[in-house]
Amino acid sequence: MKFKLDSKRLIQIHDLMVKSRVLEERLIRMYKQNDGYFWIGGPGEEAFSVPLGLQVNKGAGLDHDYLHLHYRSSPIMLAMGAEPIDSMRQMKNTATDPYSGGRNFANHYSKRDWNVVPVSSTIETQYLTAIGTAIGQTRKGCKGITIVNGGDSGTAEGDFASALVWSSRPAMPLPMLMIVTNNGVGISTPYCSQFGGESIAARGNAFGIKNRVINGNDVEESWFALEEAIRYVREERKPFLLEARVSRLYGHSSASGANFVAGEEDSLSLFEQKLESAKVLTRAKMDKIREDYNAQMLEQSKQVKQEPAPSGDTIYDHVYYGQKGRYW
Amino acid sequence: MANMAQAIRMALHYGEKNLGLQHVFGEDVGPPLGGVFTCTQGLTTTWNSPLDERGIVGAAIGLGFANVRSVAEIQFCDYIYNTIDLLKLGGMSTWSTNGDWPCPFTIMTPVGAGIRGSIYHSHSFDAMMTHIPGFKIVMPSNPLDAYGLLLACMKDQNPTMYLKPKALLRVDGEEPIPGEPPLTAEGKKQLKEMIDAPLGDRSQWKPRWPELEDYTVEIGKGKVVREGDQVTVVTYGRHVLIARDVADQLRSEGISVEVIDMRTLWPYDWNLISASIRKTRRVIFINEDTEVTNFGEHLLRRTIEEHFYELHARPRLLAGAFVPGIGLADNLESASVPQASDILRACREIVEEQP
Repeated sequence: MKFKLDSKRLIQIHDLMVKSRVLEERLIRMYKQNDGYFWIGGPGEEAFSVPLGLQVNKGAGLDHDYLHLHYRSSPIMLAMGAEPIDSMRQMKNTATDPYSGGRNFANHYSKRDWNVVPVSSTIETQYLTAIGTAIGQTRKGCKGITIVNGGDSGTAEGDFASALVWSSRPAMPLPMLMIVTNNGVGISTPYCSQFGGESIAARGNAFGIKNRVINGNDVEESWFALEEAIRYVREERKPFLLEARVSRLYGHSSASGANFVAGEEDSLSLFEQKLESAKVLTRAKMDKIREDYNAQMLEQSKQVKQEPAPSGDTIYDHVYYGQKGRYW
Repeated sequence: MANMAQAIRMALHYGEKNLGLQHVFGEDVGPPLGGVFTCTQGLTTTWNSPLDERGIVGAAIGLGFANVRSVAEIQFCDYIYNTIDLLKLGGMSTWSTNGDWPCPFTIMTPVGAGIRGSIYHSHSFDAMMTHIPGFKIVMPSNPLDAYGLLLACMKDQNPTMYLKPKALLRVDGEEPIPGEPPLTAEGKKQLKEMIDAPLGDRSQWKPRWPELEDYTVEIGKGKVVREGDQVTVVTYGRHVLIARDVADQLRSEGISVEVIDMRTLWPYDWNLISASIRKTRRVIFINEDTEVTNFGEHLLRRTIEEHFYELHARPRLLAGAFVPGIGLADNLESASVPQASDILRACREIVEEQP
């Protein structure tokens, strides 16, 4: 086994993958211990999402990348530098939750400083709002791009087709990387029972959109496919449709139990086997990393439990920008 | 003497030149047509979008996140209904992030009956729209307000919904828009020559814009358009003109009607309405959207809760019939939305009523 990425990068990716997995498992525990009302997240998508988060041009404004994410994106956020404790705050819906102040579900990120627009539970609307930031980035000389992700089932919505139409208009092609993480099932409905095409990515052909299907459970395949797609969108100022086949390790959400699903390919285990055989990391070292994150996040979850809940008298705050209190 | 369509066009031009407006888009908004009501002719930032209302609203929200100022049009409000969840999404963007994200963008769309537009060109949208928090919602009744409210929308840091009363788009103004030619027949002709695209080939045509000035109608401020002391009529859009004419007619009968043009539906000017109700002790709310769960019902509820013991007559709502659409035939449309005769009758009845 020989890696193309250097050891430093591999170790960084592994660390973030473990961090993401431990975070999601901590969030699930919090849910099961009544420290949150609902869990949904992205365990199983780390091999694809960590490389994505590391390659984003992070920052605020048009010259940086805009992210229109769905609710399985914690590995992206952690790779960008988000703190796990903030995800726990959102799970516990505390006033200190920096993403929504206790107003939204776990994994519904929002961070203006990093161009992460608010994640919405509405399926596929992110492909529409992505059109807007990408239009803004057609400005001459702009190097920022728009990145949108979603699942396979959501592509049945017309909003996905809208993104294909709008991004490929000859009058205004958009610098937009459209990602579909295909885990093969929508809640309980198998993808293959609802989609008769060769691949979701192939839908791009009808619009002249460059596209590709990759194994999103493979770190290096994901890294280099993302590198190529991002470079293409950034330099050509045209759309790219990337379909990553991934796993869903804990089911759809807490609504389906949030229990480990046997039989799914685990990208973290696969990566660790490769790292060990290539002598990049030892089993003992990797176990220690996981152990340390487990301990750290356990302490953080205890801290979060002590933090205040939002006050009921704040419900009217921010209906309008900068407004506080009842506005009518 | 601009009409409302020209006023909107001039406001957008002012926005392009002075307020950072970068994208004006929608179906047939760009050249050669410049909008089915000509509201976007001759502008420099207009472009035609795909025929996709959800794409239009989604793009506007995204431009708001990018802080790129845009005005997007839905060609008729009858076709905005499949974007309700997106309007909700846009309206909650600031709230759901606990104040982190502003999302400034403007959607404009023609509303209401009055042009014999049949089932799918006559809908109103105020009842539905006022159920969606987070938007500022305006509806002008004259060209000057159309100009001033659109400038206000383009300056705001929130999603704004600009409802255009389509029956008024060709109605001339009575007050000058700062910078437009004089309010004379000659001035009207001059303005037409300057900013109306010619019929036929217009590929070489360029508008000559007047030196327009800043003029903002503050969002949230209504206006008393007729003073009176026996009954308050609260309305907006095209019914302002109808109610004003009714008030003038009733004055000769000795009935004094105060007419309030709300201009903004959210956040609305309750102080103005409330003070007038305290003065007249009788109130009629008028709009043409369907009467069940109508915005006027909310205003009625607030009137009853805050002014019940001050009222000298039961408050009324005149609104559109609760039917699926506006029928095309004259009699059907007239029976579906409040007419001058309905307002006259309601005013006469309410002043007769004694506590």
